[in-house]
Amino acid sequence: MSDESKKAPYTMNIGPIHPALKEPVMFTFVMEGEMVRDVDFAPGQAHRGIEWMGMRRNPVQIVHLTDRICGICGVSHTLAFSRAVEQIAGIEVPERADYIRSIIAEFERIQSHLLWAGVAAHELGFDSLLHLTWRVREQSMDVIENLTGNRVNYGIVQVGGVRRDIVPEQHRVIEDCISTYGGLLGKLLNLFLDDRTVSMRCRDSGVLSRQEALELCTVGPTARASGVNVDLRQDYPYAAYGDLDVKAVLPDQHLGETHGDVYDRIVVRLLEVGQSCQIIQQCLSEMPAGPVTAEEKVAKLLAICKKATGEAIGRVEAPRGECFHYVRMEGQEAPHTWKVKASTYSNLMSWIPMLKGEQIADIPIIVASIDPCLSCTDRVAVVRDRSRSILTKEDLHRLSVEKTRRLQR
Amino acid sequence: MNEEILTPEQVVERFAGKFGAGIHGTRIGERREGKKKNPNFDIWIDLERDLLKPAIRALIELHYPHLSVISGSDMGDSIRLLYHFTIYYGRVKGEYTVTFAVLLPKSDLSIPTISDLIPGAVFSEREKQEFLGVKVIGIPDSRRLFLPEDFPEGIYPWRKDDTGVPEGMVNNLWASKRPVDRPAPPLVEAPACEPDAGDKQAVQSGKEPGKEGGRS
Repeated sequence: MSDESKKAPYTMNIGPIHPALKEPVMFTFVMEGEMVRDVDFAPGQAHRGIEWMGMRRNPVQIVHLTDRICGICGVSHTLAFSRAVEQIAGIEVPERADYIRSIIAEFERIQSHLLWAGVAAHELGFDSLLHLTWRVREQSMDVIENLTGNRVNYGIVQVGGVRRDIVPEQHRVIEDCISTYGGLLGKLLNLFLDDRTVSMRCRDSGVLSRQEALELCTVGPTARASGVNVDLRQDYPYAAYGDLDVKAVLPDQHLGETHGDVYDRIVVRLLEVGQSCQIIQQCLSEMPAGPVTAEEKVAKLLAICKKATGEAIGRVEAPRGECFHYVRMEGQEAPHTWKVKASTYSNLMSWIPMLKGEQIADIPIIVASIDPCLSCTDRVAVVRDRSRSILTKEDLHRLSVEKTRRLQR
Repeated sequence: MNEEILTPEQVVERFAGKFGAGIHGTRIGERREGKKKNPNFDIWIDLERDLLKPAIRALIELHYPHLSVISGSDMGDSIRLLYHFTIYYGRVKGEYTVTFAVLLPKSDLSIPTISDLIPGAVFSEREKQEFLGVKVIGIPDSRRLFLPEDFPEGIYPWRKDDTGVPEGMVNNLWASKRPVDRPAPPLVEAPACEPDAGDKQAVQSGKEPGKEGGRS
């Protein structure tokens, strides 16, 4: 290390490993005192080469791989991939399957947003709120288990439709859950948005302007919180969304203004939980009768896929934003090309403008605010005068909690 | 930015009229789902490599595009890069995807960076460099993105030729047996389930092996 390192600014590394995230990220911060002057990050520590594996497997096998790309948004990837293959092979999905796909996708959004809200509360030092959100999240997980058979890796979407129907007895389970959330949402909004400390920590911290959000190709709630009107369910409706008239949730609808900060990201996600409940209710009441898959026999389905040639795009609004799959098939068993673009792929670059100028204690909540789960604050090394002191995730979390306590005084 | 909203056909005409022979092919994909069968449009435009940036500038004139991702295929003697954009987002049921595809011969795999027009593209351009071995000219950050530091130079995982991942680098997990060098467990372990033993049991209980479930 050169003598330069003795002087400010200091370089600080965070990451890369954190067991909570599918994609750990290594951060390097250039610090000037408490302030972040520059940020760099290096993802890829958990790159499993799933696209490479997929290009050696057939579409029926791949849907089970796509289920496992992400532990939270399993149905989004499978849906995006299936829609791409269905377009190439010319498979018409039955209308009932479109509705079931939408219902599962919305439950996924509810559980993902509640999970995130809990993480955000934890990062701020509000562990009672963490426990409340995660306790109420369980009910949506139970419904998902009831509908698909699994809490995660649902395995419900198949090329051409879905693998299980929703029977009348399950309507009651879904309605129970929706009415519980209907009563809870006001309480959650009150707890998060009317709390003085939450607004002190989150208002105007981690700001991403609308222009930056556009230029950095940001998607989903992160983009919407910066005032970009994007939501595939509104702009490019797939499955049953074209029948439902979904409107993108933007912070100014609720608050009359857009800051593009962490607070706005909380607003958007919480309101989307309520929106998802309405969508599920509408899907349940308008769901047409009929089959749930275009081709029940897997061998026949495989034969259809094997003949398919062409290329197509499958896009889905995942809980974190646009999930994009490009598939090219050339009459072989395995696709010729398969590209997966998860929503966080588009959102990572927005960390740089968000984190510049912020304090160390704000790093956890800002990093978590784009919803990568709390990715990489596992281990922090502060390099100062050639000696390295290691800050653990717990230390960093403690700094964040202490800042909250200071503000509360 | 133009306030006028074009139909997918008009978008294609606009590019065909502007770039003429530099456009090798166009296609409008349409997909309708749900009860109302609302259409989604995907516009595909194959063009000359030199026209990529002028075409993106023309797209920005229509509406500042969202770059979803850049994908790429190994077509044998060339690499096909696809730039997937979307325009008219924010308009109810009115967003189109616009994909520009360019062919790069393997003898010259260079493509100009588009990060001066769309800063967020750097991420995807870095990925294409390491996974397909294309050279992005003028890229502001040419470091690797996802591949580990010790990944060998000159191997590009998505290539289907000699520079792809060689057989020796692949770990076939299904072929690995249970490890034998572990310390003894505190309790006596139940015998490992051998596939043969399972089949025998199935036969005894009257089931035919392999009849249940699909074989892959």
